[in-house]
Amino acid sequence: MVLSHAASDSDVSVHSTFASRYVRTSLPRFRMPENSIPKEAAYQIINDELMLDGNPRLNLASFVTTWMEPECDKLIMASINKNYVDMDEYPVTTELQNRCVNMIAHLFNAPLGETETAVGVGTVGSSEAIMLAGLAFKRKWQNKRKAEGKPFDKPNIVTGANVQVCWEKFARYFEVELKEVKLREGYYVMDPEQAVEMVDENTICVAAILGSTLNGEFEDVKLLNDLLVLKNKETGLDIPIHVDAASGGFIAPFLYPELEWDFRLPQVKSINVSGHKYGLVYAGIGWVVWRNKEDLPDELIFHINYLGADQPTFTLNFSKGSSQVIAQYYQLIRLGHEGYRNVMENCRENMIVLREGLEKTGRFSIVSKDEGIPLVAFSLKDNSSHTEFEISEMLRRYGWIVPAYTMPANAEHITVLRVVIREDFSRTLAERLVMDIEKVMHELDELPSRVIHKISLGEVKSEDNGDNMVVTVKKSDIEKPIEIINVKKSDKPIFC
Amino acid sequence: MVLSRTTTESNEPVSSTFGSRYALTALPKYEIGESSIPKDAAYQIIKDELMLDGNPRLNLASFVTTWMEPECDKLIMDSINKNYVDMDEYPVTTELQNRCVNMIARLFNAPLGDTETAMGVGTVGSSEAIMLAGLAFKRNWQNKRKAEGKTYDKPNIVTGANVQVCWEKFARYFEVELKEIKLSEGYYVMDDPEKAVEMVDENTICVAAILGSTLTGEFEDVKRLNDLLVKKNDATGWNTPIHVDAASGGFIAPFIYPELEWDFRLPLVKSINVSGHKYGLVYAGIGWVVWRTQHDLPDELIFHINYLGADQPTFTLNFSMGSSQIIAQYYQLIRLGFEGYKNVMENCRENMLVLKEGIEKTERFNIVSKDVGVPLVAFSLKGQSFHSEFEISEMLRRFGWIVPAYTMPADAEHITVLRVVIREDFSRTLAERLVADILKVLHELDTLPSKISRKMGAEDFGNVKGKKVKREKLMEVIVGWRKFVKDRKKMNGVC
Repeated sequence: MVLSHAASDSDVSVHSTFASRYVRTSLPRFRMPENSIPKEAAYQIINDELMLDGNPRLNLASFVTTWMEPECDKLIMASINKNYVDMDEYPVTTELQNRCVNMIAHLFNAPLGETETAVGVGTVGSSEAIMLAGLAFKRKWQNKRKAEGKPFDKPNIVTGANVQVCWEKFARYFEVELKEVKLREGYYVMDPEQAVEMVDENTICVAAILGSTLNGEFEDVKLLNDLLVLKNKETGLDIPIHVDAASGGFIAPFLYPELEWDFRLPQVKSINVSGHKYGLVYAGIGWVVWRNKEDLPDELIFHINYLGADQPTFTLNFSKGSSQVIAQYYQLIRLGHEGYRNVMENCRENMIVLREGLEKTGRFSIVSKDEGIPLVAFSLKDNSSHTEFEISEMLRRYGWIVPAYTMPANAEHITVLRVVIREDFSRTLAERLVMDIEKVMHELDELPSRVIHKISLGEVKSEDNGDNMVVTVKKSDIEKPIEIINVKKSDKPIFC
Repeated sequence: MVLSRTTTESNEPVSSTFGSRYALTALPKYEIGESSIPKDAAYQIIKDELMLDGNPRLNLASFVTTWMEPECDKLIMDSINKNYVDMDEYPVTTELQNRCVNMIARLFNAPLGDTETAMGVGTVGSSEAIMLAGLAFKRNWQNKRKAEGKTYDKPNIVTGANVQVCWEKFARYFEVELKEIKLSEGYYVMDDPEKAVEMVDENTICVAAILGSTLTGEFEDVKRLNDLLVKKNDATGWNTPIHVDAASGGFIAPFIYPELEWDFRLPLVKSINVSGHKYGLVYAGIGWVVWRTQHDLPDELIFHINYLGADQPTFTLNFSMGSSQIIAQYYQLIRLGFEGYKNVMENCRENMLVLKEGIEKTERFNIVSKDVGVPLVAFSLKGQSFHSEFEISEMLRRFGWIVPAYTMPADAEHITVLRVVIREDFSRTLAERLVADILKVLHELDTLPSKISRKMGAEDFGNVKGKKVKREKLMEVIVGWRKFVKDRKKMNGVC
């Protein structure tokens, strides 16, 4: 029996996915296709293209969780079609969110009575959380100034230059001036004394970071608090603190419980934490908690008649999935204090293994501290012949994604490589990474020709300076990675 | 062989989930517990509590998609651990987002060349999309005013009072005044674009029109608004633009009303937002905003950051978020194509007509929604009834249906409607079943006049804020009793 071509064109179910005509035609990229295609073909085509994405678990650049237990995956899939904002329709999901807020508020030692409910909300991430906290501060400050009959059109916020971009976004979109305390070589977090000096009557709050993106350090919030209390007494102002604990909020309480950084300090009025970093949930969940009701002006809260019931809402986003909230609750009850502590201790152990492995190579200086986020930031002791960017590129060939980047003002000449230790980065992987870094160093040592090749192409300017040839690459945008290479004229033969 | 209690406590894998002690203990609700519990127990406990949530597919209140094909579910699960913002690490996902933006921009007839890239971005939902669009308008307007040497501290936005809450949020959080046109009975969309254009002044950053009102599903007459605004702009020189909030309508109009001009074909429309998770047929958590051209998005709002080692331009409020919905949106766009979306929307409209006719046949309701628009049926009780729509909504819950009842906003608050949204997964069978259940509910309510007289005594007539005279109320009670008694007599024979 012969199946003719005409019949098989219409009888799509007969063909195996890769035998059908759908893998031959190129899909439109700019315009919606006219016709439908079978779901198996659609699935396969997209799945195949996505194979070329990086492997999330080897993405050592990110703090965001990349693995959860299969039981949790099941819960996530089961609730993927629940719209979180339909509080009336999904009361249990709403209740779970409230429980998470209360648990996290208690974790941060919010001054709450036995059955008092905490003030806080689940967000899509720390960006939204920070914008909400910032809005609350701005509105509170404006109200206070209005009552005092003073101008309220120039609010500012004091923070370190190491802040994550969402603070800059907040400042730009909500028209608040950002006063950044500059860093310096060897000191990559905000200096509390300089910060307090910059505070004035227009400051709506001082933002401290628990777990800097650059090198994982915890800022000294206690010192900031004490200095700010003194300044407040002198000036009669009441400048509050916001702690951006996006990464550190789920680490400090378990590994460093005696470290005072949260609501135990009286000036701290709100804290945000990313559930999707060390809260151990997939991307898409953050939390912000306020000290008490007075710190969240009531006029910012909306009571709406949505889909038939009264709903108080204070978020920027409205409709979104419920999966991450349920996943966060799962982790909180599944792990408990004990479980989180175990995970964080493991992370720190593996961080030390990686750090010692790198130190043993003798080629790197470690920029990160042991206390703080479990990550290792390191730079080359001698970056005359190779840069950290080259190491980063070559590690990609082995599958590892390790980013290299420059420090912000005023330490732009420092470039670091950074490896973040997440829950799913085992000791075996740490040892393998060290081995691969050694291989890369070995390869690079045999490649002096790379820079000279670039010079001959005219891509870089070179000037003779005695024994050294100074090569500079011009950068127009200070945000882009800077490559400054010093090359020694080599006696070795050139390998092409 | 007897297993004693002491061994089972330490030998966790042996005990079945409901036999273990975890089913006995109350979980802490306000504080994190001290110890861990096994994952099966955690899973079961949470799953059981969630059984008491409403069933998403019977939630007829929501526009948001509640069903996708299993193949797409697989793609979603596979990409759940990808952080969308890591553009450098996940270039294909980023590329898919760009393709979606381009496809949607062209769907809305953006004036682009064949290979020109569109200006737009994926967001978490229409709320974020609207805030971004509003920010762009605000900044553009501020720059223009600064250049003209005029004041720029009192921006406002003109819209109908039927806007979804995120416009009010935008206004409140970003300090823009919201000038709302009040509604009036019988006209539940932005009244007569003429009123809107009248309210425009030199401080107006844009006029917002809604394609698919939340309340009744109607499409606003964007073309008329455009034409009137062009005239006003010519007269005043203000150049006020339009933003179309096509959260629901953006994925409906192009497929079943292609000749309707509401998008970039109208010259004053500068940005459009649409919810991927409504009729884009993707689960909750994805929206899109597209701008007409590069100039409509001020460059100073875009951030170029050195994040995780690479240069990334970013213009969103949120940063880290999951990639699943973006991939799901792309799946739907290529899987369905124009043909597929058209089929789905036509089915929705057909089912909407079935439901509407079934409800009309009961002769107890007025249909408030129109046929042209988002496929939904909004209806209210006819005449002066002594039941309220809220009671009907409550009683339908017992059958499993979630049908919301709500009052119209300012200037039409005495109107209460019930609203059923027809989504992709609401089949004709379900529509017919719903009508049958509504009839049952009405029947039950008709046999319960005692509830009303009790209520009337308390001066609480559901939420129908009727300014009724005592005499009228008395008449209604009498009529009700008569009917009740008549029915009772009928029933006697059957029992």
